[in-house]
Amino acid sequence: MVDITYANGTMRARLYGEIDHHIAPKIRGEIDSRCESYRPAKLILDFGAVTFMDSSGIGLIMGRYRCVTLLGGRMEVVNIPDSLKKIVILSGIESLGVMK
Amino acid sequence: MKHVKNQMRMSFVSRSSNEGFSRAAVAAFVLPLDPTVAEISDLKTSVSEAVTNAIVHAYPDTVGTVYIEARITDDDRVIIKIRDKGIGIPDIAKAMEPLYTTSSDERAGLGFAVMQSFCDKVRVRSAEGKGTTVTLEKQLHSAYADQR
Repeated sequence: MVDITYANGTMRARLYGEIDHHIAPKIRGEIDSRCESYRPAKLILDFGAVTFMDSSGIGLIMGRYRCVTLLGGRMEVVNIPDSLKKIVILSGIESLGVMK
Repeated sequence: MKHVKNQMRMSFVSRSSNEGFSRAAVAAFVLPLDPTVAEISDLKTSVSEAVTNAIVHAYPDTVGTVYIEARITDDDRVIIKIRDKGIGIPDIAKAMEPLYTTSSDERAGLGFAVMQSFCDKVRVRSAEGKGTTVTLEKQLHSAYADQR
């Protein structure tokens, strides 16, 4: 699901496994509650170990972007596996400028 | 119409925990065709979108049954029907617009856009109060098709 670490203003959320409508709300709850306590200057969503993702993952990225931006931070999405690039491109979330 | 060389049917209750099971079952069904990793990924993602729609939208306040029927034709075309007996879609054209969603639960509104992009054909039939059937079609280009 997700492992979260925090150091020097940066919160890194390492997502792993499959992201769908069943699991996304659990990941969202985990990230949002830690975000509220840490108030990170930067949130990094690391997708390196994600093996499957449907549009629920896109909703998860857009929602976290809103959340972190409202708290005054910024966000980066890193290590998107090749297998997920098709849905990322289709979604247009690259226009948020968060994909690294 | 091409001959059907394999077929399966399954049904399950509309609980979100079954989303992973249903796409894995469809993937396992087409696996003997030696699909590419990209083809399997496209099918799993499309099935996941259609099944999620059924769970979230067809049965919003109740638990119903989701039915999947999959066929493989002689020329390696995969046809998957995802059917529910839920509330139906009042305006299919509207529901299929990218970014349109009736859900407040952080849904991206991309379900049909994903299905249309990842499959060759997507058909939706729906009747209010009776249910919805989404039919996905995808031609597989298996590496070893000539040898079977």
